[in-house]
Amino acid sequence: MQDVIEVQTEDFNQGALYDALRQDSLANGAIVTFSGLVRDFNQGHEVGDLFLEHYPAMTKASLLNIVTAARARWHFGKIILIHRVGRLAQGEQIVFVGLTSAHRKDAFDGVQFIMDYLKTEAPFWKKESTSEGDKWVAANVSDTQARLRWDKQDEM
Amino acid sequence: MIQVLFFGQLKDQVKMPSVKVEEAATSVGELKKTLGVMHPQWQHYLTNDSILVAVNKTIGNDQTVLSDGDEVAFFPPVTGG
Repeated sequence: MQDVIEVQTEDFNQGALYDALRQDSLANGAIVTFSGLVRDFNQGHEVGDLFLEHYPAMTKASLLNIVTAARARWHFGKIILIHRVGRLAQGEQIVFVGLTSAHRKDAFDGVQFIMDYLKTEAPFWKKESTSEGDKWVAANVSDTQARLRWDKQDEM
Repeated sequence: MIQVLFFGQLKDQVKMPSVKVEEAATSVGELKKTLGVMHPQWQHYLTNDSILVAVNKTIGNDQTVLSDGDEVAFFPPVTGG
């Protein structure tokens, strides 16, 4: 049940990662995966390449903290979380999160939880090449709200 | 000595990726003041409410206590995923 957490410049093979999740125990009959890609349009302008900066000494530990927090809320089999850094072209894969669980709802919730925290706490910054020059991507208020819903659920 | 790092747009705004601070600072808030004295043009960016700080790779705040040898990173809200 070793989790896989990687920060890398190389692309990843979604099929191979899914197969790795399938090798998990048969007690876990649910697999949910999410992949995030580079879009061609963002915040009102066309986007060319994307550059993903990160804080190398902190990034992996931050992702591990998020996975640990998810494991504290639900019971999962295996979790795979991969985030790419460096220069990425339109349509390229940026992030993969996949996990196994005995229950469908836990699996869906777990992937959402990991992505919501990743988008608000993991030290990555996107810079886009646009027709008007390079632009740092501004953080979305909706991402913060999406993360805060997990706090609200704790209070309920 | 405290090693200060900048990331994302903040790195472009202060025009350097890192700086060493020899003066003692007891907290992140104190360190910001010291940096503002060293580089007055940075004050505007460092006092922005949205700027985040990590001390020794863990998210902190202006009250986080510092000691000699710490690594302090300042950065704007994250935009990965």
